[in-house]
Amino acid sequence: MYDLSCTDLTKTFGTFTAVSDVSLDIPSGSFFSILGPSGCGKTTLMRMIAGFERPTSGDIAIKGESVLKLPPNKRNVKMVFQHLALFPMMTVGENIAYGLRCRKEPKSEIAGKVARVLDRVGLPGNEDKKIDQLSGGQKQRIAIARCMVLEPDVLLLDEPLGALDLKLREHMKIELKQLQHQFETTFLYITHDQSEALVMSDNVAVMNTGRFEQIGAPKTLYDAPASGFVAGFVGDATVLEGKLGEVRGNQGRVILEGGKEVIGTVSDGSKSGDAVEVFLRPEALKLGEGESGCQLGGKVESLLFNGASSRILVQTGRNLIEVADPEQRSDVGEGSAVTVSWTPDRARIFARRPGSGAAA
Amino acid sequence: MSRDAGRLSLILLFTPFALWILLLIILPQIGIGYVSIREKVGINTYEYGFKNYFDFITEPVYRNTLLRTAWMSILVTALALVIGFPIAWYIAKIARERSRAALFLMCLIPLWVSDLVRAYGWIVLLRETGVISMTLVKWGIISQPIEMLYNDMTVIIGLVYTVILFMIVPLVSTLQGMDDALLEAGYNLGGSRVTVFRRIIVPYAMPGIVAGCIITFMLTAGSYLTPILLGGKNSSWFTEQIYNQFITRYNWESGSAFGVSLLVFTSFVVWAGLRLTGQSLATTVAKE
Repeated sequence: MYDLSCTDLTKTFGTFTAVSDVSLDIPSGSFFSILGPSGCGKTTLMRMIAGFERPTSGDIAIKGESVLKLPPNKRNVKMVFQHLALFPMMTVGENIAYGLRCRKEPKSEIAGKVARVLDRVGLPGNEDKKIDQLSGGQKQRIAIARCMVLEPDVLLLDEPLGALDLKLREHMKIELKQLQHQFETTFLYITHDQSEALVMSDNVAVMNTGRFEQIGAPKTLYDAPASGFVAGFVGDATVLEGKLGEVRGNQGRVILEGGKEVIGTVSDGSKSGDAVEVFLRPEALKLGEGESGCQLGGKVESLLFNGASSRILVQTGRNLIEVADPEQRSDVGEGSAVTVSWTPDRARIFARRPGSGAAA
Repeated sequence: MSRDAGRLSLILLFTPFALWILLLIILPQIGIGYVSIREKVGINTYEYGFKNYFDFITEPVYRNTLLRTAWMSILVTALALVIGFPIAWYIAKIARERSRAALFLMCLIPLWVSDLVRAYGWIVLLRETGVISMTLVKWGIISQPIEMLYNDMTVIIGLVYTVILFMIVPLVSTLQGMDDALLEAGYNLGGSRVTVFRRIIVPYAMPGIVAGCIITFMLTAGSYLTPILLGGKNSSWFTEQIYNQFITRYNWESGSAFGVSLLVFTSFVVWAGLRLTGQSLATTVAKE
């Protein structure tokens, strides 16, 4: 039984297709993210689920029943808006009680429910505060409490962390995940920030130009991306452009634009002679000699210090390669000659993405 | 140095406003107040006291005219709100960015013509030999021309038409500031159209509603041309009484007392309206 499933959902605006043939099934109690660049159709998809847009075709079912005919206020799907949309003329308590009062619940029960949900989000006793007296993180929690007090089947979250500053955002990521565990409700989270999606989700759908490129656990997306788009969008990667030469098994030899050759794993249907891109994750690379074909010589361009995620930038030919440097090696400095190497299974080869320039 | 310059620019910018308030509002009001408490007992001999006010209160015609004016003004304000709100909503929320300016302009165009000409426009339409009456006769809907002027209904129509813009403008500006996500959140959390309107839109628009109502009420209660021209002798509008005292009867003392009474009474109505709806000037009109 799925809490939310979409079947072949399509939405067109005039001649523009915002969402094209999207299907997804979200199991009960899981944290599901839709990750994609802005304009990929993820917000339209969410608005269709909430009932603010009518799908052109396809079906949406909540707990197994189609909700296409239900207006937004009859669907048991609640939404945390991008800018939260807390009602500024109401107090915190009134904001949370709004939904309960719409349901005509008895007054005596409302106060108790409001107090309990405030307690669960860690803001007990704040009923009488004004919305503008709250900090960004507190507003966030009130917006979630306002939805959760109604015990929805699915909670939709539309990039709610976008307006927060970096430090708070990192903190709220963990908190959101904890809240989801606590409430045991299905969360559908929309974001363009891959680290939010990876950290919090049980499953992530990567969306591009109205379609799902891949659905999978965060680790699968990171380690075994299904397309060049996913490989480039999820996590960091250095991209080398070239032409696929000889292919043996799933190992391919790529002739780079500078003439050098490298070996990697062909991860989609690319054939010999196709224009391809080689994706190298920073942590899959190390300084030092490797197998023949799995290395590139170069010169250290600069050292980027960032604690455990420090990087070394290596200039090889026309490419700048990012190498992870968690221990902050002291034996290389700017300008030293080095060799970057990898194992063939960690260099992924995909067909060249349309529109990707040489400066990818 | 820069502090002096700042102070100088403050003085320069503030002076025209201060002069306007002082010379054209405060001083004349003090003058009127002064005239209203004196009584002529002989040539150039005056006594001071509240006799003019006493006369005003004890004479039912004056008292009733004031009450009638206030009551009709409240009615006009309510009608302007009911008619103006959907228009403001359309301009602020439904119309596209480009047609919004055009719609606003269309609301403003009537202001380019003077009150007098606009009132005569209504007269041309509504009088016995006017456009509407004659057309209805021609179509055979009525057998003989009817007089549609000189009744309360016409006065109210004319006044609503004159003041509605002052209701629409503050409403549009508050509604424009409302994030559409608030409405969607209202529906999403289970609210019906009525609930969303009552619990979200109206409270959000309250500053605009209060500002619009105060302006329209004050303008209506103090208007002179429209009620006189469209209501004729039957209009019994309070400003007409003031005019009569000053001009016809040349009784400035009594006229001044009427003027002060009108100001005090309309201020009281506004205050009572704010109290009844649980609003205050600080949280509505003065709000960001």
